[in-house]
Amino acid sequence: MATGASNSELALVLIDARKGVLTQTRRHSFILSLIGVKHVVLVVNKIDLVDYDQSVFDRIVAEYRAFAEPLGFKTLEAIPVSALRGDNILATSERMPWYRSTALVPYLEGIDVAEDRTSEKFRFPVQWVNRPNLDFRGFSGTVASGTVKVGDEVLIASSRKPAAVRSIVTMDGELERAIAGQAVTLVLDREVDVSRGDVLSHAGETPEYSNQFQARLVWMNDDPAFPGRSYLLKIGAQTVPATITDLKYRTNVNTLEHTAATKVDLNEVATVTIATDKPIAFDPYTANALTGGFILVDRLSNATLGAGTIEFGLRRAQNLTYQSFDVNRDVRARMKGQAPRIVWFTGLSGSGKSSIANILEQRLTAEGRHAYILDGDNVRHGLNKDLGFTEAARVENIRRVAEVAKLMADAGLIVLVSFISPFENERRLAREIAGDIDFTEVYVDTPLEVCEARDPKGLYKRARAGEIKNFTGIDSPFEAPTDAEVVLHGADAEPAALAAKLKDWLEL
Amino acid sequence: MHANRLTHLQALEAESIEILREVAASFERPVMMYSIGKDSSVLLHLARKAFFPSKIPFPLLHVDTTFKFKEMIAFRDQTAKDYGFELIVHTNQDGVRDGINPFDHGSSRYTDIMKTQALRQALNAGKYDAAIGGARRDEEKSRAKERIFSHRNANHAWDPKNQRPELWRTFNTRLNPRESMRVFPISNWTELDVWTYIYSEQIPITPLYFARPRPVVERSGTLIMVDDERLPLAPGETPREEVVRFRTLGCYPLTGAIRSDAADLPSIIMEMQASRTSEREGRLIDSDSVGSMEKKKQEGYF
Repeated sequence: MATGASNSELALVLIDARKGVLTQTRRHSFILSLIGVKHVVLVVNKIDLVDYDQSVFDRIVAEYRAFAEPLGFKTLEAIPVSALRGDNILATSERMPWYRSTALVPYLEGIDVAEDRTSEKFRFPVQWVNRPNLDFRGFSGTVASGTVKVGDEVLIASSRKPAAVRSIVTMDGELERAIAGQAVTLVLDREVDVSRGDVLSHAGETPEYSNQFQARLVWMNDDPAFPGRSYLLKIGAQTVPATITDLKYRTNVNTLEHTAATKVDLNEVATVTIATDKPIAFDPYTANALTGGFILVDRLSNATLGAGTIEFGLRRAQNLTYQSFDVNRDVRARMKGQAPRIVWFTGLSGSGKSSIANILEQRLTAEGRHAYILDGDNVRHGLNKDLGFTEAARVENIRRVAEVAKLMADAGLIVLVSFISPFENERRLAREIAGDIDFTEVYVDTPLEVCEARDPKGLYKRARAGEIKNFTGIDSPFEAPTDAEVVLHGADAEPAALAAKLKDWLEL
Repeated sequence: MHANRLTHLQALEAESIEILREVAASFERPVMMYSIGKDSSVLLHLARKAFFPSKIPFPLLHVDTTFKFKEMIAFRDQTAKDYGFELIVHTNQDGVRDGINPFDHGSSRYTDIMKTQALRQALNAGKYDAAIGGARRDEEKSRAKERIFSHRNANHAWDPKNQRPELWRTFNTRLNPRESMRVFPISNWTELDVWTYIYSEQIPITPLYFARPRPVVERSGTLIMVDDERLPLAPGETPREEVVRFRTLGCYPLTGAIRSDAADLPSIIMEMQASRTSEREGRLIDSDSVGSMEKKKQEGYF
């Protein structure tokens, strides 16, 4: 539905005259407005089955108009039809003398939906760098909006560097100007760093360039969207890792009311803030659909999960630079005579993570190093005691722990994190939060039967009895890491031996 | 033309160029299917435009079933010479060894072995991660609902129920290992668009599209051209000259000709404007079974 709407200017909203305005009618209309379809024809079909009754038609139209009023369609025409009998399809029907306006097909043929996009601000997302030989370097792309002429000064969004357009190249010859919708190759008058994803604009009319923005999100996947989870965001030709930082509210498609939410389910629409790993060039969607609409892609399956329309950039991000103190990580690390790092243990409950981490910490401390263990249980009793065990809470749990681990490593410590961390996505998030801090993922691979037989805290027994829900390995999955730096087989050796092996590997 | 508005054909052309560039920018080993027909001729023209002044940054692949019209092969080789693109021709050698042909083995088995299997062999051999094709939505029902960037699993199979949403022109081009993408840059064109574009851009096409006297036999209402001596004739059946042309091109024993005197582009366009049937009507392989094309696509047919 959103797929079709995203490339359409006009939509027919079909209504069964016997049933009137349904939830589906409202949902579709809301998505149409969200995607920016400006023209709607309300087609009230099967009017023959209500005896061509004008009052039925009028009632449906009144109800729909009241609902659609805040959706801001430019035109909204209602036509009663019988598709089966052809009433008001090609020509107005004698069976509905009360309907004096045009039939459907003549209406569609008559309406002008084209927008003149040439007078808008010039946007040129660079799609492909055209380099046939050393003497030619052009930037191929489609003019998203506006007009560009030979001689125009343009600005590169990422570097803010200016250049002038030397020529506009096409196989049919060079052009003096290119307008919205044309696919061309621009040659600039000087050597500037431009690559795929960059956006060219005129000076003084630049797009926003930021790593945070507020957007409306339509979710299209069975797995819900959670704040804190990392996705790939594609906008124009730019693709960057991105995280939903805040879920402000969900919009009820029936009433258009806002409700609080912790996740976004299939077909739901929510207003969110999103942070990208690096700044991107964009415009508000209402100003430019091609530079303001984005998709979110799953980082493992590569499925398209949802689509978003940017409302506005969060200016704060542009002005915010990280405080850089004179005493930095290097200084603190040198004082301690060690390289700070994060060692992230993942594995089932009872796999031996904490035992191995404990022994490693003891040995390191004995050798005069500064290490610290962040353990699932300990953190859950303090920092994260407000979090439960739902998927959303687990994501937030990992995010907080990863941030704390980062701060500790920044303080110069060797941080040992012992968390079940069952999901690949969350482990990747932790690695990303660590940024340039050395991050080692250690998978303590112990078969479920062994863990369950050990059951040090009696948890498996309780999970099997149904007393604990969402228990990893029993009724919640463990996604075994495929790219862990170290794999320790917990059933094959004693924790002390495994800790020694790991210490060697880490060269500590 | 309004100075601030693209014509219908200009807009279609720009959209297709954008798609072709996206392929070149996003995939490691793209390939363009070249079937020698009018749609392939348009695709080739668009690819030359998309990357100008660079050469087309991927090879063209022709799957030769050994039963293509002679004129098609001659046109293919001449075109490759004229434009200097890299042409790869692949034939399923297992099929050649087993003497697979549409007469003894039936159109469905023959198509599977010489087209579908051959295509899979060629795509696997080239380790191509994106294959560009000239299919259009107006050709056939299953193609109407297919995405422009259509995801295929490691076995080249299409899952029509699990297609990626495709918004604006923000195409999701990401793949996992061994998966691939089929890309259809002229999805949104109609047959009439193709012909008017060929006319306005003066794109060379094979003469088989133009009405000429050709030797044909009529079989269950379909006119089959006797392109060489391999076509078995029934007792008493003799080819006769008729002025015919082809709306669509495939393997000669499986492609029906139409009676027409449209001998140049304007006449073809006029004939097209009056037409109410799909061009694939002349393709015998499409009518093998209900939902036949969707089934073939799920198995890896283009």
